[in-house]
Amino acid sequence: MYAFELVRPATLDEAMTALGAEEAQALGGGQTLIPTLKQRLAAPAKLVCLSGIAELRGVCIADDGAVCVGGATPHAVVAADAAAHYPALAALAGNIGDPAVRNRGTIGGSLANNDPSACYPAAALGSGATIRTVNRDIAADDFFQGMFTTALEDGEIITEVRFPVPERAAYQKFEQPASRFALVGVFVAKYASGVRVAVTGASEGGVFRWAEAEAALSADFSAGAIAGLSLEADMMIGDLHGSPEYRAHLVKVLTGRAVTAAG
Amino acid sequence: MPKDHGIGASTKRREDLRFLTGRGRYTDDINLPGQAHACFVRSQVAHGRLNGVNTDTAAAMPGVIRIFTAADFEGVGGLPCGWQVTDRHGAPMQEPGHPVLARGKVRHVGDPIALVVAESYDQARDAAEAVVVDIEELEPVLDMKAALAESAPKVHDELTSNLCYDWGFVEENREAVNKAFETAHHVTTLELVNQRLVPNAMEPRVAIGDYNFATDDSTLYTTSQNPHVIRLLMGAFVLGIPEHKLRVVAPDVGGGFGSKIFHYAEEAAVTFAAKQLRRPVKWTCTRSESFVTDAQGRDHVTKIELALDAEGHFQAIRTETYANMGAYLSTFAPSIPTWLHGTLMAGNYRTPLIYVNVKAVFTTTVPVDAYRGAGRPEATFQLERVIDKAAREMGIDPVELRRRNFITEFPYATPVAVEYDTGDYNATMDKLLEIADVAGFEARLAESKARGKLRGLGVNCYIEACGIAPSQLVGQLGARAGLYESATVRVNATGGLVVMTGSHSHGQGHETTFAQVVADMIGIDEKMVEIVHGDTANTPMGMGTYGSRSLAVGGSAMVKATNKIIAKARKIAAHLMEASPEDIELKDGRFTVAGTDKSVAWGDVTLAAYVPHNYPLDEIEPGLEETAFYDPNNFTYPAGAYACEVEVDPETGKVTIERFAAADDFGNVVNPMIVDGQVHGGIGQGIGQALLETTTYDEYGQLLSGSYMDYAMPRASDVPFYVVDHSCQTPCTHNPLGVKGCGEAGAIGSPPAVVNAVVDALQRAGHTHITHIDMPLTPSRVWAVMQG
Repeated sequence: MYAFELVRPATLDEAMTALGAEEAQALGGGQTLIPTLKQRLAAPAKLVCLSGIAELRGVCIADDGAVCVGGATPHAVVAADAAAHYPALAALAGNIGDPAVRNRGTIGGSLANNDPSACYPAAALGSGATIRTVNRDIAADDFFQGMFTTALEDGEIITEVRFPVPERAAYQKFEQPASRFALVGVFVAKYASGVRVAVTGASEGGVFRWAEAEAALSADFSAGAIAGLSLEADMMIGDLHGSPEYRAHLVKVLTGRAVTAAG
Repeated sequence: MPKDHGIGASTKRREDLRFLTGRGRYTDDINLPGQAHACFVRSQVAHGRLNGVNTDTAAAMPGVIRIFTAADFEGVGGLPCGWQVTDRHGAPMQEPGHPVLARGKVRHVGDPIALVVAESYDQARDAAEAVVVDIEELEPVLDMKAALAESAPKVHDELTSNLCYDWGFVEENREAVNKAFETAHHVTTLELVNQRLVPNAMEPRVAIGDYNFATDDSTLYTTSQNPHVIRLLMGAFVLGIPEHKLRVVAPDVGGGFGSKIFHYAEEAAVTFAAKQLRRPVKWTCTRSESFVTDAQGRDHVTKIELALDAEGHFQAIRTETYANMGAYLSTFAPSIPTWLHGTLMAGNYRTPLIYVNVKAVFTTTVPVDAYRGAGRPEATFQLERVIDKAAREMGIDPVELRRRNFITEFPYATPVAVEYDTGDYNATMDKLLEIADVAGFEARLAESKARGKLRGLGVNCYIEACGIAPSQLVGQLGARAGLYESATVRVNATGGLVVMTGSHSHGQGHETTFAQVVADMIGIDEKMVEIVHGDTANTPMGMGTYGSRSLAVGGSAMVKATNKIIAKARKIAAHLMEASPEDIELKDGRFTVAGTDKSVAWGDVTLAAYVPHNYPLDEIEPGLEETAFYDPNNFTYPAGAYACEVEVDPETGKVTIERFAAADDFGNVVNPMIVDGQVHGGIGQGIGQALLETTTYDEYGQLLSGSYMDYAMPRASDVPFYVVDHSCQTPCTHNPLGVKGCGEAGAIGSPPAVVNAVVDALQRAGHTHITHIDMPLTPSRVWAVMQG
């Protein structure tokens, strides 16, 4: 990697100040950024490390029952502390990467990066979560704006992600054989207001909601309800590990399995 | 009752204490005083004319000591190729030059162009980025068949085409084979790809050059499977340093799998630079660099045809293979698709007529050379796949079809130039069917079905030629080196001894198994035997470790040397006991005069050898040290039968391996636990090839699967618990230990078992159009073929 200055703020205010500098870049758990730096594919002058900010870490339950995850909370903490409140979310967090990744990687880092194959975007979009930043609240439906693109402004830090807890939910991930990221991942959540189906790994546009499946499942929450549906392969990712047609097919298979797993 | 010491005991690996506690000493652990660091500037394009290299800016950067380009290597030799193949028409193969640093052209992504030496690695890397390379891009050469077209761009301008050789084997049989196909009752044809693999040893390559100007001695520390071979190749052919002025050290090496046999440009470059700069120069390969510089494996495109009579007896085999050499000829590359491939095409079967045609082709890709199995997996895969296909076409049970054609009488001379000394293929098949519980398959099939899963069973055999190699024979076949092995046994005064072997251990456990053999021969504790390897300064010239040769060839040299020691020790003992040497027996570390209770201990004799006060100095020299060289008079032929059971998820195409059994005949076994481990590792690599690994270049010749984000290595969760057995033992008839070698078997025997099993599962589920799927059998590929 190239040389850079490392700042380790203890508070959010200090972090904001540090990020105001030229070519400053926030560092979450570093599970994407550090490998990128090692390959010399990025050269920020200053890295502002968010992992030492206590107010950004931890899982709590809001008055309305929502599970609130601090932006710098590692996946392993979510897997442990959200398990009693939102098991599908905890299970998803507990299956990201390996233990080393789960103890370093953070929810804020994952959502801000919006890797098209990451798991957390599916949970956030599938839960209709609210992404709270230093400036504002952003609905998940507005947050994800395409592969590696989000509604975040430069230097805008995710402080918390609020997940409304559904009646039932499950996440199904089909792993890419090499990276073990999601070749396709589907998060299904049933709320009183309807069913949400969020798909990661599959689309050139990043995480998306499968509206037809949501409508069918809102009427009948069973795997059979989507039997007659199919997805167009047009916008799906095609690469070494799967054609667009294969990914489109997997979305349907995994949606059905997620519904069954949600019970 | 299992043995607890000596030959046949599962002695725990003594080397594991240092490996598992971080006390191993790998090349990268070596840091020499005053050491400088190297970073290579490499081609980012697959094919291009190298018009210039401007180092002005880079040379002025902080810490930069010197930047070397091809111009600095004028007068230095190119990297040599150790094997010359003669083509069908009697002409030698086309052999292009292989400069240490690219000269005139770059021929693959990763081709080294310049060497930057600086005070630190980061400084070297910064400067390497600042080296300006002027490359005029040329059309890449990627597809082998297209590369042979008249109009194809040439990888090497000085050659007449991209064809390295067109090899026919046995050429004299060609017409007879063709005739047999014309009259055959049934012909089964199969076209397949044996995909290119990246070796991925856990330890990336490292090379440190060192030079002592006061003595004019050069030393190379390197991650090698054969330090003496590197010394000879680099010293004699590249840098012009005689052996007595060049030392090559390969300390602990973290896996090789073939990729660390070869002499690489980086080794010569750092040794050369160290002498120029009079400073040690260290280069450590990054994993990303490994993907574009370590010689890769396999990469065959093959058509195989099998002719059978009405009863399923094999009449003839005909194959045509395109073998990718990559951009240059790596050290042993030409031999892999020929003499390590064509000679195994008979498999375990009586087939009277065989003709193998191999066209080796240059492309603008990383060079291809030996990778665990090296030619033999390619032979086994196509043969065992085509037999399975033939069995299905003819309605004969695949196991029965194999049995019907097994070679049962030994020695057996195949029509492809080798003579199997011994074997019992029915015995390994019987054992396999037992340990794989093939009888219980139907019940497991029903259970899978109940869960909505498809299940299949794949069975196959394999044979390999190991114990490489009889020097005179391989010399006739084009080898430019001898392939004997060496050992020096040095007994110390108090009875402990050191074996200095030309073999090299990079994970195989030689320090344990070799000690078991010598201790057993003398009847002393294994702890009294130390095994030394990996340094040309203290081992006799040997050819190293590859091709499952270490115990069969290196172990045989060690046995010979130990026998010399015992013969001399017996004479000393006879003198001490005033008896005749013929009457002296050695048992459990004591010399006894036969039929008497007179005896002396091993330690008494060794002490007398070095304190020769009461000693027949007029008849025997003092001291107790012997060297032996062993050159085998045939290959060894490990063989066996493997069974794989898979489940296929019909919705996703995902294959999971539910059961895997291996029945191997390795001849005699020194350490059953280590043999189990070798087989486990080999099967793991075979499963990696069968299900996961693929090396994909895009249309520009860029490696798409150039990191672990895209190159899928097998992990613990991808493999089942193996059931392995090596109780079927037909000892090798021509080496003193009766051993055959076990290092590669798993990687050779397992890929066809997996593919046979998946095809079986799909056939049973009614996908009768599926007769073959090319590896790797990824979920997307299996799903796609199921869609028709």
